[in-house]
Amino acid sequence: MTERVTATTKPYTIGRPPFRPGEDADFGGKFSEQPGDLGRPDPATCSAQDTVAHASGLIRVLDDEGVASGQWNPQLDAETMIQGLEYMMRLRIFDDRMIKMQRTGKLSFYMRSFGEEAIAIAQTMALETQDWIFPSYRQPGAQFVRGRDMVSMICHCIGNTEDNVKGRQMPVHYTWKEGRFISISSPVGTQFSQAVGVAMASAYKGDDEVCISWLGDGTSAQGDYHYALNFASTFKPPVILNVVNNQWAISTHANLATGGRTFAERGLAYDIPSMRVDGNDFLALYSVTKWARERAAAGLGATHIEVYTYRAGGHSSSDDPSVYRPDDEFRYWPGGDPILRLKEHLIKAEMWNETRHTALAQKIDDEVMASYKAACEFGDLASGPYPPASTIFTEVYETVPWHVQEQREELGK
Amino acid sequence: MTKMNMIKALNSALEVQLEKDKNVVIFGEDVGFFGGVFRVTDGLQKKFGEHRVFDSPLAEGGIAAIAMGMGLNGLRPVAEIQFADYIFPAYDQIVNEIAKVRHRSGGEFTAPLTFRTPAGGGIKGGHHHSQSPEAQFTHTPGLKVVYCSNPYNAKGLLTASIECNDPVIFFEPKRCYRGPFYGDPHNVPTWNDHPDAEVPEGHYIVPLEEARIVREGSACTVIAWGTMVHMCEQAIKDSGIDCELIDLQTLVPWDRDTVVNSIKKTGRCVIVHEAPKTSGFGAEMSASIQERCFYHLEAPITRVTGWDTPFPHTTEWDYIPSPARIAEAIKKTQEE
Repeated sequence: MTERVTATTKPYTIGRPPFRPGEDADFGGKFSEQPGDLGRPDPATCSAQDTVAHASGLIRVLDDEGVASGQWNPQLDAETMIQGLEYMMRLRIFDDRMIKMQRTGKLSFYMRSFGEEAIAIAQTMALETQDWIFPSYRQPGAQFVRGRDMVSMICHCIGNTEDNVKGRQMPVHYTWKEGRFISISSPVGTQFSQAVGVAMASAYKGDDEVCISWLGDGTSAQGDYHYALNFASTFKPPVILNVVNNQWAISTHANLATGGRTFAERGLAYDIPSMRVDGNDFLALYSVTKWARERAAAGLGATHIEVYTYRAGGHSSSDDPSVYRPDDEFRYWPGGDPILRLKEHLIKAEMWNETRHTALAQKIDDEVMASYKAACEFGDLASGPYPPASTIFTEVYETVPWHVQEQREELGK
Repeated sequence: MTKMNMIKALNSALEVQLEKDKNVVIFGEDVGFFGGVFRVTDGLQKKFGEHRVFDSPLAEGGIAAIAMGMGLNGLRPVAEIQFADYIFPAYDQIVNEIAKVRHRSGGEFTAPLTFRTPAGGGIKGGHHHSQSPEAQFTHTPGLKVVYCSNPYNAKGLLTASIECNDPVIFFEPKRCYRGPFYGDPHNVPTWNDHPDAEVPEGHYIVPLEEARIVREGSACTVIAWGTMVHMCEQAIKDSGIDCELIDLQTLVPWDRDTVVNSIKKTGRCVIVHEAPKTSGFGAEMSASIQERCFYHLEAPITRVTGWDTPFPHTTEWDYIPSPARIAEAIKKTQEE
């Protein structure tokens, strides 16, 4: 792991990010950890103790030249990898289009997954369709894997008459029951311990279901993170708990979020097998998640995963990261770009080429534009139509109580 | 006097306190190097050093407890909760610990501290960036609860809050950070031309427990706080009725004499807040006014509030009490 940077001046220690604006971002070149460094323990017998090296090291499959190797190589067929590449490209192109819409006043707010596209996509692909997804706001990509219609996603982001949450939530706060994708909530981290409860219910009912959840490095300071680990440690339900360490929580660097060692290592203290994985390596993410699901499905309990990555974009459309970090910092991230890395691997393996890549990007771009236009048919932000004001009063309770009904009549809409 | 918007005024209050009292420390999410997501702490870390103005881990429960610990040991922390909607992980520390420590220790321990937190709607923030949870704290003995409405009272009230030896929950109406808000999202003025944007650069206080009469009148008393003060000004103008408008400023303890004297004069009262109606602070005001002014009342006390529902995103203008709804309520008090 990289050395922690701190200012150990009196009276107490204040963590520092590695670089501030005006400084050269230099992460020391490539990762020192290589594919093959860490073995793949038998999921049927693996204890937390067996993952000590995995929690402090970094599980990789793709090396810096795009070659896959080591015990963690999931040996995916070309079709699956190309599908993964397509989902990631779709998410990035979708995000780019949506942020442009936001900049031109067509959406009120937006959050991109830029640089982190592999995470939700590879991990959801490694799961079964009946598994539950408890995301934070940077895992909307899971919906592409589960087949959600893009028009429906855009309608939500606009908050128009076809928004399935009826304009009640901010953009990007997707809900999608059909995809077992729980409603995203702005208070960070709350989903993490809920996911453990979902997994306990699956275990109670004897259903073959696993629940996966993600939160950020910053959010791992919240109590909910620690509740989740402790309950998961105690009850051992089928759950996969991921800390996405993307280095930044708005302006707060991970060095100000913890004084400890890796985020993964925290899981060891709860006696949960814990892995640290290159979050920009599609194949490593897929493989580790598959391993965690095997354990969960076999009744062996939780796996704790630190997904080591970098938030390449701003926190949201309201954020300007150039105020607190070098503007070009993401270009120097040793993990590179998850899309380019998988693309390079596929091209090297002669499963893919530039022509097909360009054609696919164009096809997706057309699809996103067509979907945006189709979504606007149901109302755009500037002129509506919006969901009716009556939606304020419904679904607060199962049935509308008299006092809420009275207020609805007072509004007269 | 200098023209300041509410952000600058709050920043100025903090700067004066950091200069005046070495025991004042400021921390919270993104408040250090970045200067806060709303820029209220901009430049303070650079000027006063990173041990006095610093970024905390993202944990409101932790922020509250650490502030209490610092307060117990002689510091005077001013902690920011990034949005009032995010104060609830800190609720146990605030309600069970911070609010009660003076009392439960027989007065041996106190934790003077201030939590600043942006509240209220009107920024398309949806459920979790729009709420006004003041009543959740007015119901907790031991806390003072303050809600500013303009640059002048923002600085004066924040100064009084930091200097107060009791814990204070200080709400900032984020809709009014850069200008007063009169209910029209397409026409939002800045503070530039507003008299309450004239703010002294140095130290002054607006005393806690004192309400402000924004406008004198004889026909009806209108009580509001935060953004609703400006909405009520608009509503009063639209109604053409000679109302007395009171900006409550401090909710606990509220200014009994100013309120009671006004209602004894007007005989009518409308209370306006953004938070939901049921168990909102308007209910407390209404009951207290009824107990004290029953024989002076000419009409029922009316509340105009947010609905008893979560705060919506797309339809927020149908949720926030509008000047039209407030004006309607004012007119109704005149019919009785």
